[in-house]
Amino acid sequence: MFEEVGTTTEGDLVINVGPQHPATHGVLHLVLTLNGETIKNVEPHLGYIHRSIEKMSESLTYRQFIYVTSRMDYLSSHINNHACALTVEKGLQIEVPARAQVIRVLMDELTRLASHQLWWGAMAMDVGALTPFFHAFREREAINEIMEETCGARLTMNYICPGGVMIDLHPNFQRKVKEFITLFKSKIDEYDEMVTGNIIFQNRMKGIGLLSKEDAISYGVSGPAARGSGVSCDIRKLYPYEIYGSLNFEEILETGGDCFARYLVRFKEMRQSLSIIEQLIDNIPEGDFQAKTKAVLKLPKGEFYSRVETARGELGVYLISEGGTTPYRVKYRSPGFSNLSALNHMSKGYKLGDLVAIMGTLDLVIPDIDR
Amino acid sequence: MTNEALQETITALIPDTQFETGAEWLTITTDAVAIKPLLTALRQTAGLDFDYLFCLSGVDWKTHFNIVYHLSSTTQRHTVVVKAKVNRDNPEIDTVSDIWRTAEFHELEAYDLFGIIFTGHPGLRRLFLTDDWKGWPLRKDYEDPINMIKL
Amino acid sequence: MFSLEGITDAIYSWLNSTFNPTIALLIEFAIVVVCVIGLFAVLGLVLVFMERKVSAYMQIRLGPNRVGFKGSMQTMADTLKLVLKEGLVPDGADKFLFNLAPFVVMIVAMLILAPIPFARNFQMWDINIGVLYVTAVSSLSVIGILMAGWSSNNKYSLLGAMRSGAQIVSYELSAGLAVLSIVVLTGSLQLSDIVNSQQDGWWIFKGHIPAIISFVIFIIAVTAETNRAPFDLAEAESELTAGFHTEYSGMRFALFFLAEYVNIFIVCSIGAILFLGGWMPFHIGNWEAFNHVMDFIPSSVWFFGKVFFLIFLIMWFRWTFPRLRIDQLLNLEWKYLLPISMFNLLLMTLMAIMGWYF
Repeated sequence: MFEEVGTTTEGDLVINVGPQHPATHGVLHLVLTLNGETIKNVEPHLGYIHRSIEKMSESLTYRQFIYVTSRMDYLSSHINNHACALTVEKGLQIEVPARAQVIRVLMDELTRLASHQLWWGAMAMDVGALTPFFHAFREREAINEIMEETCGARLTMNYICPGGVMIDLHPNFQRKVKEFITLFKSKIDEYDEMVTGNIIFQNRMKGIGLLSKEDAISYGVSGPAARGSGVSCDIRKLYPYEIYGSLNFEEILETGGDCFARYLVRFKEMRQSLSIIEQLIDNIPEGDFQAKTKAVLKLPKGEFYSRVETARGELGVYLISEGGTTPYRVKYRSPGFSNLSALNHMSKGYKLGDLVAIMGTLDLVIPDIDR
Repeated sequence: MTNEALQETITALIPDTQFETGAEWLTITTDAVAIKPLLTALRQTAGLDFDYLFCLSGVDWKTHFNIVYHLSSTTQRHTVVVKAKVNRDNPEIDTVSDIWRTAEFHELEAYDLFGIIFTGHPGLRRLFLTDDWKGWPLRKDYEDPINMIKL
Repeated sequence: MFSLEGITDAIYSWLNSTFNPTIALLIEFAIVVVCVIGLFAVLGLVLVFMERKVSAYMQIRLGPNRVGFKGSMQTMADTLKLVLKEGLVPDGADKFLFNLAPFVVMIVAMLILAPIPFARNFQMWDINIGVLYVTAVSSLSVIGILMAGWSSNNKYSLLGAMRSGAQIVSYELSAGLAVLSIVVLTGSLQLSDIVNSQQDGWWIFKGHIPAIISFVIFIIAVTAETNRAPFDLAEAESELTAGFHTEYSGMRFALFFLAEYVNIFIVCSIGAILFLGGWMPFHIGNWEAFNHVMDFIPSSVWFFGKVFFLIFLIMWFRWTFPRLRIDQLLNLEWKYLLPISMFNLLLMTLMAIMGWYF
């Protein structure tokens, strides 16, 4: 069914990793060409969870199409919704109330934390340590409960709508988030002790999957994966949206370019997200949580592009409107898709076991790649 | 660099460049034939340094296709949008995967969903859909009686 | 005082007084076979349950807790399920080797049980080259694994089997050298002699630092030999799905699974015999009163206590460490463990000659 992969010479082993494989965390299909244990070529075959979200968006109204994107990168569904809402707001030139902006940013950062927690657990599991996964899920559960209370859902929240957020925060929100902050502050040090310092883990990570700064830019890698190579690409810093411009947080940059650098970036980002939440949780302004919008939204003719920083990198929403109630064309520039394009380059010459570590540090979410 | 300055620099570089105004970013419209020299110039000219192709999308305008390149520079922090018009009957355009490696994947996506052939691409194949899929789903005239429900 | 020795003696004398010696011997064989199979099943159940509870404790979960008292019957239920499942043979597999492989692994595990002294004078076969026998037979299990990997007609299985082969062959060396260092001290290959030589203290205490080094090397090497994490490359779940037993299902899979746990038991009992005195109670030199109190605890309890302590240690490794990569694994063996254990053996020999141990 598949064409010949790269140049296979005698003694090469062509092996299918996926679509069902424990390391791909979804339905990614990689055709590997191995020489012994050494990787010669990686060819991704996608589409096992392709749902044509771009085509679907063309027949959904501006209120509806936002929620399909929750299913793209399901681990940062808030941020996906946020990106779409920003595009629509850009078109309609709606001013989002201050309260809604703070709520959105809070939710974004909670989502980012939850996503990074899951990544941390899954990453450790990929390199063979099963225990951290359960520890990560214990803390993630606290975030999920906060989400459930306010948004009514735990994974695909569909909380953000054009003009603000759907409903106001739950009365328990502030208390629970504060509880979570105190809980997680002690746990994150535990995470550090449990995995980061482990000598086997460091040996598995250091010097593996090298990606130079130039290559990272050329391959369009974004998010923590690119920041591990020293590329400053945090949209929250470079092109601030909502209230990110007025917040005090650091863009984490590491220059190693290897798996360990990417690991450290993500790990330190958890602390940054925590500090953003801390800054905001006591300063949620009073007021409307939603701007007044018409029942049926009609964007003016034109093209709108908005960029946000998801847990995996830069998500771009490119929306073309012909003036109707539905978009003419929506293109999602998903971070996973571009990051995946660097996988072949990054994993050539490393061992099969390293591929798993590299994929782990890229933090691929397959629905995000396939859309 | 601001949009105006950018426009001046690019005009100085390639005199007959057409610009669209009114959008957030400076937009250049061009033809499929002229795309390669233009993008190469944008990538390589010092001061422009568009080294980061962050989005490549196809658009079906029923009369023609557009390939939209969103370029930005990680050193200069400016952004430009390039729109290339592609003939609908004979959809062919030069690949830019040798300028930006990420284009390799994005072009596969555009090929898979729009049927636009990127000449010079290292391995054009169906990326999302099965190898024997008929048609190009994101084209506006794509019909699928089973999976598409017309409202 | 409870003693397994009494039971065996009673059976032995009763059989010999009732039947003629040949028939008595045959009946003894039958009893031993039944006992070994029974031990196998019980060990499998107990160790799987223990592993699940230990991992649950480390992973802040409860573990199995529905079937039986505190979930103790869970492994029984799982085994029942595996027995009832269809054992599939993949297309293009070498049927004969595919079916043979789990039994090879299993039989090897059974064979090593023979010379192990479970309690005072409770041993199936007190062979005078016990240590040699154990090291020789245990290296056979790699053949079963290679068979399984090759015959499955699956690339993952093949990769897993190849990894396993490289790993077991390499780590056999340092395990062997670690074992040898105790043989040097004892001057005997017979396991009962080794245990008896620890009458006045276990080798890990008597042998000073070299004995501790050999003990550590031994534990690392046997963890690798039994394909346990952090050396579980042969079945590295996130890389090779299940490695050499990817294609196995039903009872054939259960045999591999069982053999893994029995192998852990065996290597831990070898470790306990060599370094921790086997069934020998904790004795200190010539403290008569203390030694007497210790003697009061049955020898079988001492043996199983030590073995299960070592098993717990190995389980602890599994649930805390990430996995090594194949080249790191081989580097660890050939560049670190092997030179250290060779040097250690020299040191040990010097110690034995000069009599620098208690």
